Amino acid sequence: MAFYVVQFLTGLASAASLFLVASGLSIIFGVTRIVNFAHGAFYMLGAYVAFTLTERFAGAFGFWGGIVVAALALAAIGVLVEMVLLRRIYHSPELFQLLATFGLTLMVEDLVVLIWGPDDLVGRRAPGFKGAIDFFGQNIPSYDLFLIVLGPVVLGVLWLLFQRTRWGVLVRAATQDRDMVAALGVNQKWLFTSVFALGVFLAALGGALQIPRDAVNHAMDLRVIVEVFVVVVIGGLGSIIGAFVAAVLVSELNAFGILIFPKISIILVFLVMAVVLIVRPWGLFGKPEAPARRTPGLAVNPWRPLTTNERLAAIAVLIVAAALPFVAGNYLLTVGSEIAIFVIFAVSLHFLMSVGGLASFGHAAYFGLGAYGVALLAKMAGLPMIACLLLGPLLGLMGAAVFGFFAVQLSGVYFAMLTLAFAQIVWSIAFQWVSVTGGDNGILGVWPEKWAASPSHFYWLSLGIAALAVVILRIIVFSPFGFALRATRDSPLRSEAIGINGKRIQWTAFVIAGTVAGLAGALFAYLKGSVFPDNMGISLSVDALVMVLLGGVETVSGAVVGAIVYKALNIWLVSQTDLSKLVLGGFVVLIVVAFPKGIVGTLEAFMHRRRKSSSSASSPLLTSRIESAE
Amino acid sequence: MSMVPTLLSVEGLTKSYGGVHAVRGVSFELRAGEILALIGPNGAGKSTCFDMLNGQNIPDSGRIRVLGAETTGKKPRVIWRMGVGRTFQIAATFPTMTVRENVQVALVSHGGQLFNLWASTGRHARDEAGRLLDLVGMGAYAERPCGELAYGDVKRLELAIALANQPKLLLMDEPTAGMAPRERVELMRLTARIAREQSIGVLFTEHDMDVVFEHADRILVLNRGTLIAEGSPEEVRGNAQVRAIYLGEGLLYDARHREGASA
Repeated sequence: MAFYVVQFLTGLASAASLFLVASGLSIIFGVTRIVNFAHGAFYMLGAYVAFTLTERFAGAFGFWGGIVVAALALAAIGVLVEMVLLRRIYHSPELFQLLATFGLTLMVEDLVVLIWGPDDLVGRRAPGFKGAIDFFGQNIPSYDLFLIVLGPVVLGVLWLLFQRTRWGVLVRAATQDRDMVAALGVNQKWLFTSVFALGVFLAALGGALQIPRDAVNHAMDLRVIVEVFVVVVIGGLGSIIGAFVAAVLVSELNAFGILIFPKISIILVFLVMAVVLIVRPWGLFGKPEAPARRTPGLAVNPWRPLTTNERLAAIAVLIVAAALPFVAGNYLLTVGSEIAIFVIFAVSLHFLMSVGGLASFGHAAYFGLGAYGVALLAKMAGLPMIACLLLGPLLGLMGAAVFGFFAVQLSGVYFAMLTLAFAQIVWSIAFQWVSVTGGDNGILGVWPEKWAASPSHFYWLSLGIAALAVVILRIIVFSPFGFALRATRDSPLRSEAIGINGKRIQWTAFVIAGTVAGLAGALFAYLKGSVFPDNMGISLSVDALVMVLLGGVETVSGAVVGAIVYKALNIWLVSQTDLSKLVLGGFVVLIVVAFPKGIVGTLEAFMHRRRKSSSSASSPLLTSRIESAE
Repeated sequence: MSMVPTLLSVEGLTKSYGGVHAVRGVSFELRAGEILALIGPNGAGKSTCFDMLNGQNIPDSGRIRVLGAETTGKKPRVIWRMGVGRTFQIAATFPTMTVRENVQVALVSHGGQLFNLWASTGRHARDEAGRLLDLVGMGAYAERPCGELAYGDVKRLELAIALANQPKLLLMDEPTAGMAPRERVELMRLTARIAREQSIGVLFTEHDMDVVFEHADRILVLNRGTLIAEGSPEEVRGNAQVRAIYLGEGLLYDARHREGASA
């Protein structure tokens, strides 16, 4: 019995940090409507800076002062980030905001390694809370008790801040109706900046307070952000009480889940999240989300199938690509195969994002499931390569069918967070279920059969499948189903009113995208000869997002160009520098801020403008005025 | 008149929100080819009533039947499949498609082809889409991007979409809201003509009393959730209770009308 009580208290102590970070995310979202992906990075930086300060300054004053100063320093950095970056993207689509703040996260990861080195850092114990308290033969660290008290205290302070101060009233008003608050003459810029600073302060404090409990390392940002996303999905974005209750719930589920499913404890959290989503899709304490806003200025011209000339041009490009083995060496052919595989992966996500309007932040899950499907079939069942390539992606299909069912119940930022959390769950299963997946060691020796083994043959295979995938997805875009999917994206209200079951259409699209991603993963397993949990990692999901964005999210198949450019650049970059994440993150931020239409989108806009100016005599606006005046 | 079948029958429709009766025991009928206006001051329960008819809101009690089949509490998409088309107060169309494609999507849905992954939508029911667009006077705009249309044209396009399933009943929520006076008259004349030709029943809510008295065959007046008057425009105009509620607007209409006649 005592053991369970101690386990419960450990869970409560973990909840404190999680609550601090989640409440910060919620407060920022409430006012600015930005889901700050970089919140995990601020948490991590808070821990690193506090580590340095507490090592440098001795004594109780040095320790506690160091923690507070670290959080304040990060808040100051937050102010800078808000003024330089966020102010430029408040009116961008949610997807771009998530991506920009994710780019920031990538940059911080490399910076942290650059400054503090790659090794885990073990910090000091907290002065005054070094011992443990005996509880019927079980030890409870006294620092845990401190954290258990701290959580509700912070909740109370936040409550007072929002209920009793003028600033708090303004924040609550802005959370309800930003435009009205602006119309009442409140300086919105300053309000947004201060709210962001408070949110970052809470995140950094959460990170700094972890020092006595956990080693500081450069992977803690993603670990915490996934947990925080789960917390806010359960608790409801924008609700501080919700963040508190859900943080406790998730921490307790983690604490007891380990006892029930020692190998895959995260399953329990997932099940609870699934139940909450079905009963209350906007979270326990949240409010139903307003429909995602459309971007002014990013108007979309109606898509059309390729003309005959364009088709011929595409075939010509394909023939040139197919001639590569006659001029290139083995290394280049392997790079070519990898690019072809990433074209498949990118177009699958592009289909979901552009046609379906569903920006998945965890698309790598289905890529990885396809890869693991092949590896398991080849190694355990010993099936021939063709059978593996056909059946392996079915694992991606099944994963997409299960997760997609829940994900399409939501939209916008909730959809993004949920897909990310699902991907992380799949990753944890691959990582923790060692007896089947080999855990961190992966599954080795998945080599192609003789007919496909040579680099040129494998290149042709990948190229052929990539071309097929692009063509099939294009056909689907212009099929009745594709139109129904776009209709659901454009106007859920109207599509429901003409008999379209939007959720089922989106679910189907999710399954199609997941299956095609699984196909890419299946080929990837054979290309590398092995599979690892990283094949479903977050960075791979983000790679795909960047490819789509680089190509142009409002185009039909811009992702093809995006994948080729990005992957080639990436492979070259990794060979040139150790700081590839820093460069990549900066690149992502740059695209979002300066280049939101992407390569193909910019080209299309340019062509469209030329066509229009050459036929400006019959401007549609003008003629419609004349005709209606008759 | 008794030969014309009852299209829509509403019995004892009731909805309340935490003690506030938004709609209380509303009953009425609508016949094929008839144009029925649902009016009332702000907060009278028009929108609540309307949303229960189109499936966006579920009544606490009461029954709604379309051609004898129960639609109470069914989802909007199901009600559409039972032959009910609708337009929205703020026109809802698909801005990233061409005008023709907008109608084609509705035809695809009507034809049960939503999960067809292979065929070309561009060729699906092209001519039928063209006919519907001609019907609302949008044939010349078929290949235009919907996002570039003037708002009055968007409204006409929406009407074409709403007609794609050959509805028996058309529900129009403030059809002329946000339109210029000339466009209002045009849209309502168009609607009335289509309703007569295809013997479609039309139920619409409206704030503009000119539109209501000009185009409705019959008028229902809601106040505080209950039906207080029902009848022809003449009868409703003469109703003392309606006049009391609608004092300003009703008198305004008369005054303007007389002015026009003398000029």
